[in-house]
Amino acid sequence: MSGVAPEASAVPAVECRELRKAFGGRPVLRGVSLRIREGETYTILGGSGSGKSVCLKHMIGLLRPDSGQVFVFGQEVSRLSERELVEVRKGFGMVFQGAALFDSLNVRENIAYPLREHWRADEDEIRRRVAECLEGVGLAGIEELLPSELSGGMRKRVGVARAIALQPRIILYDEPTTGLDPANSRRIGGLIRDLQRRLQVTSVVVTHDMPLCQDISDRVALLRGGRFVLEVGAEELRDLDHPELREFLEGSSDPTAPASHPGEEAGAAP
Amino acid sequence: MSAEAPLGDAPVLERGIGRLGDRALGVVNALGEFGLLAWSSGLAAARGHFPWRSLVLQFEIVAVRSLPIVSITAFFTGMVLALQTAFALSRFGAKPYVGSIVSLAIVRELGPVLAALMVGARVGAGIASEIGSMTVTEQVEAIRAMGADPVQKLVVPRVLAATFALPMLTVFADFLGVLGGGIIADVQYGIAPHFYLQTVTTSVELTDVISGIAKTFVFGWIIAMVGCYFGLRTRGGTQGVGRATTSAVVVASIAVLVTDFFLTKLLMLVPTDLLISALVDRLS
Repeated sequence: MSGVAPEASAVPAVECRELRKAFGGRPVLRGVSLRIREGETYTILGGSGSGKSVCLKHMIGLLRPDSGQVFVFGQEVSRLSERELVEVRKGFGMVFQGAALFDSLNVRENIAYPLREHWRADEDEIRRRVAECLEGVGLAGIEELLPSELSGGMRKRVGVARAIALQPRIILYDEPTTGLDPANSRRIGGLIRDLQRRLQVTSVVVTHDMPLCQDISDRVALLRGGRFVLEVGAEELRDLDHPELREFLEGSSDPTAPASHPGEEAGAAP
Repeated sequence: MSAEAPLGDAPVLERGIGRLGDRALGVVNALGEFGLLAWSSGLAAARGHFPWRSLVLQFEIVAVRSLPIVSITAFFTGMVLALQTAFALSRFGAKPYVGSIVSLAIVRELGPVLAALMVGARVGAGIASEIGSMTVTEQVEAIRAMGADPVQKLVVPRVLAATFALPMLTVFADFLGVLGGGIIADVQYGIAPHFYLQTVTTSVELTDVISGIAKTFVFGWIIAMVGCYFGLRTRGGTQGVGRATTSAVVVASIAVLVTDFFLTKLLMLVPTDLLISALVDRLS
């Protein structure tokens, strides 16, 4: 709904082919394939533990598939080394479920983190860019606050500000509205749409929040039992009668989903 | 296998052996992961461009803030050591040798090991719980997602700080331990301070001090490395952070004590006095 996805390039921004991933012998992804066009907002719907966060983490190389491939703008990233992935990751911004702000750093240093890592800029430029990013998420002037002094909604928005600091081409949102009240959820939805329009980025959103999904998406995919069972344009979604979608909306549990959240075991290996 | 065992015992025995095997595999696996982390942190440190700011910050956390706890430990150990040795030596009429025994014990062994154990408990636990919390709240993944290296950002500064701070703390502990012994010797047993000092300086040689300090570089490295390792492999929320912290302290303490034995043995084989005199000749 957020504008029409430009048909600019034939190369998809992100493409997954037959992704498979298991944790401790328990399959989470069982052959996931998708093509995300440049400039569109693509939403992956799914219940808790359906593997949607796992799918997202493969796109930026935080997880490696057991089999299958991931391409970002035509480049295969699923076999790159951690060092080679750095270049790829510079083109991404990722908003984590709990915002994942660094507790020990204030808001300015959190947003400046990727800038200090990859930018050769002086202190003034960094400060300006941080202020710009904060303004972009509607939180101007809170640079000196610590993450512990922020509300849940503000933390998420600072997380978004950090994700856009390096002017990425693709932004990944992992459950952007989880734990927020409806008003804050709407605000985040508005922010995602606004950024997509202003910055012309490709957005990939993982969520189980149906109103958000209808608010922001160009296309929607439903992940159940480690596979996509549905992929439609956002307009079609509204009056679609699809058994799996109905089950998801009515909250009947995913029969094949593992009991606990697989993301827990998906942390960084030392 | 089961055909030879009595029927009733077979499943239990097999299960037991199986569990033992799982444990053994787990330990080998963990050692491998630890080795990999140590290797990659070594590479990251060698590659240079350290995060200086966090190195300085970590140095403050490890060295400055551990000073009180290390001082108290060393001071009281020196005092109790003087009490005990003087008590025992007085049976043989050898009370004047308190200074020799206290200072040698402190400088060669107790100073380094007690400083390491105290720092291990304080800093090792701190590192494991901090990095563990960062792991379970996806902050470590966020570092990777932003194209930075968690090993370089988190592990290298902590390991470098601990490796070089612990020897300094040990010098301090040695001094305070010997001082504590001297105070007890004077107050409790009437051994004059200048006499105590004389027995200390005649019995403690430079090699004793150096063999004690040398070990602490290794201890410091072990403590921080173990803390980082358990922090980074934390799973399962706040409970997991608690488990990681406990494991880090237990494993670091045991590793320090075991390594201490072998390092001491090794250092006794090395002719440190010859090396030192050669070095002194070179410098002068």
